[in-house]
Amino acid sequence: MKMKLSLSKVVGSCRLGTLTNLGKKGIQCMDIPGCLLYTKMGSAPHLTHDTLKTVKDVPVVAQLPLPALVELQEVMEEYKEGIGKFVGMPDSVVYCSLHDPAIFSPPGYNNKKAVSIWGSGGRMEMTPSKFMTIQQALQPDWFQCLADGDTIAGEVSKKRAKKSVDRSLSFLDECLQLQEQFPELQESVMIGVIEGGNVLEERLRSAKETAKRPVGGFLLDGFQGTAMAKDTKLELLSSVVAELPEDKPRLIHGIGRPDEVLELIERGVDVFESCFPYQVTERGCALSFSYSYHPDPDRDVLQENGKPTMEESKDEKTKTETLSGVQEMTAFEICLKEKRYQDDFGPLVSGGCSCYCCQNHSRAYVHHLLMTNELLAGVLLMMHNFQHYFAFFCSVRDALKEDSLDKLKAIIFRQTD
Amino acid sequence: MAALALRVVAECGQSRARACELRLPHGRVECPVFMPVGTQGALKGLTAAQLDALGCRLCLGNTYHLGMRPGPELVRAAGGLHGFMRWPRNLLTDSGGFQMVSLVELSEVREEGVLFRSPYDGKEILLTPEKSIEIQNALGSDIMMQLDDVVSSTVSGPRVEDAMFRSIRWLDRCIAAHSTPGQQNLFAIIQGGLDPALRTKCLEEMTKREVPGFAIGGLSGGEAKDHFWRMVALSTSRLPKDKPRYLMGVGYATDLVVCVALGCDMFDCVFPTRTARFGSALVSSGSLQLKHKKYAKDFKPIDETCGCPTCRRYSRAFLHALFHNDTAAMHHVTVHNIAYQLNLMRLMRESIMEQRFPEFVQDFMKTMYGNKGSYPLWAKEALASVGITLE
Repeated sequence: MKMKLSLSKVVGSCRLGTLTNLGKKGIQCMDIPGCLLYTKMGSAPHLTHDTLKTVKDVPVVAQLPLPALVELQEVMEEYKEGIGKFVGMPDSVVYCSLHDPAIFSPPGYNNKKAVSIWGSGGRMEMTPSKFMTIQQALQPDWFQCLADGDTIAGEVSKKRAKKSVDRSLSFLDECLQLQEQFPELQESVMIGVIEGGNVLEERLRSAKETAKRPVGGFLLDGFQGTAMAKDTKLELLSSVVAELPEDKPRLIHGIGRPDEVLELIERGVDVFESCFPYQVTERGCALSFSYSYHPDPDRDVLQENGKPTMEESKDEKTKTETLSGVQEMTAFEICLKEKRYQDDFGPLVSGGCSCYCCQNHSRAYVHHLLMTNELLAGVLLMMHNFQHYFAFFCSVRDALKEDSLDKLKAIIFRQTD
Repeated sequence: MAALALRVVAECGQSRARACELRLPHGRVECPVFMPVGTQGALKGLTAAQLDALGCRLCLGNTYHLGMRPGPELVRAAGGLHGFMRWPRNLLTDSGGFQMVSLVELSEVREEGVLFRSPYDGKEILLTPEKSIEIQNALGSDIMMQLDDVVSSTVSGPRVEDAMFRSIRWLDRCIAAHSTPGQQNLFAIIQGGLDPALRTKCLEEMTKREVPGFAIGGLSGGEAKDHFWRMVALSTSRLPKDKPRYLMGVGYATDLVVCVALGCDMFDCVFPTRTARFGSALVSSGSLQLKHKKYAKDFKPIDETCGCPTCRRYSRAFLHALFHNDTAAMHHVTVHNIAYQLNLMRLMRESIMEQRFPEFVQDFMKTMYGNKGSYPLWAKEALASVGITLE
């Protein structure tokens, strides 16, 4: 049974729908717009199965970045039952992405024969045959095809943009051909990768050509980082999406801020990562933005009591003009390392966050754990940040259902001021 | 009036081993018990809910660390350490003296207390028995430890005797300073180094005091095992039967089994959780170094007979690989190692209650060491001293 996308509503370019027939048994489904569960080798960062279980609305599709899986090739060849079962997530849908969004990929290491990927142990070169042999051992449900996305570091020439498209199409053809030969990968869905840097005609060519191939979905690659101006990104994305068939999902990597997510959803992007809440966790912060678009005066009051006042939060945040892989603190979070939380016995987020951390622990406790480098800090923040982020996506879908996306957008953008 | 009741549920017919029920302000604790160490108000990456689910009913916090950060006033304002870390079960806090001697370079023992320099702001601080109790009162632990004068167990000479007598004087000051005897239990700590006469003197004096429980201190600090067990055996032979005996800093499986046989009820040690973070998983035959490449393709769980959340879901091969990628690997092994410790204690307790503790010890030693030739001599002698002769 092949993955199927049913759209229940399309407003402008925004799509509300469900991906069905997912996973080995074909019984899983995922609502879009939605996000993937970010993992390190199939393990949600900091979390065990028991702690992840307490997080609400965990995405059905787990993202496993390839760099950490390369060293497992031999192990998986012997194991034979696929990476999903190996990592203790037999019920999840496993998506293998080419890169780890949390690890920087230095530019200048790709050529027409191979793509470089970067893991904790450094650089690894992937040729299509090596790449597909690893995928054969991993047996993921979805995987991102090998592609040359090295166009994000700065000024990109037309020639380089063209090369990224040519190479990626050639990798795609080679990988598709190899897939046919591997019985282990017959049920796996290949995600075609759209490249082309900031050159519109290359982007369009990439989209049109990739869409002709038998891929299960599309990854809009090369929009990570801050080198490309935000308007350029959004214009390119709109044009690219217009070339893609309606019945397949569109994924994007490296963009996760709530305001940016909404802008991309409006341009027809369906699936995001959840690396953003991980990065927020790593800097000792807790997501605190409001995503409730229902007029609820009581709740608004609570929010304002609990959060730093606008004046204070303005000082802390860094203005970002471009869509970016977020490294610095954003306006959507509070930093628990700050001294003012030392004796704050309130939950991370007031207004009734139902996550394990907010239900049980105080800002003061998390502050203490951060100050004393206790491992539990990462655990508790990850539980909160995941749940907060996943709830944001639920709210996006509800808003779409109720024709209130504009209201939600206004609330989110008000918080970026 | 003490905030504690001890009921001896069963005694081994041969050794001094006993199964007890300890009633504390935050619930019942079945002894013998191993207490995991949550040094700074957190158990190394485990949530309170996870620790609870593993069956832990009593864990440790360190007064020295918590007194420094976040400080007693803040913990008091958070509803004590129970409230601060959201742990609904029992807590035991140490006096802070041990860390001061082991961690802080600049420390000087005076009659008033231990003088040391704060590693955080460089200020000189005098930890007196009164101050230690004041902090522990603020932390609100169910069991508090007296401030004792800790001497390394490898030191001998007049310093040991001084320390023993000072510990007795400090016990009296701790008792006098304790403001909440109805809610918190203050334990005395038997000192006296490796000298039987000094230990005996300390036991004689301290057992005259009205304290709800006793700890055996000053051991497990690198002394010869032969000296260690003899001091434990001497102590348990002279401690009152109706009060709990806590052997401080002991947590290796063999030591636990031998010292339960010698009549100890409570144990704590950072070893199981610390070693977990280095990839060492405890099993009945010793430990598995999961980072070793021989586990890369080992698809069995750490222990096929273990029912802990880690063994139910993850293989050695997965954990081996995860150690390169995420801290969750440490948490998985920490969960298992705590489960291992608690399970070992539960099995001992059951065997005591079913009058088959000596058989349990035989099986344990066989599984741990393989053949009799590898049994440590000290363990054989210690067990023989309480009537268990290893076959």
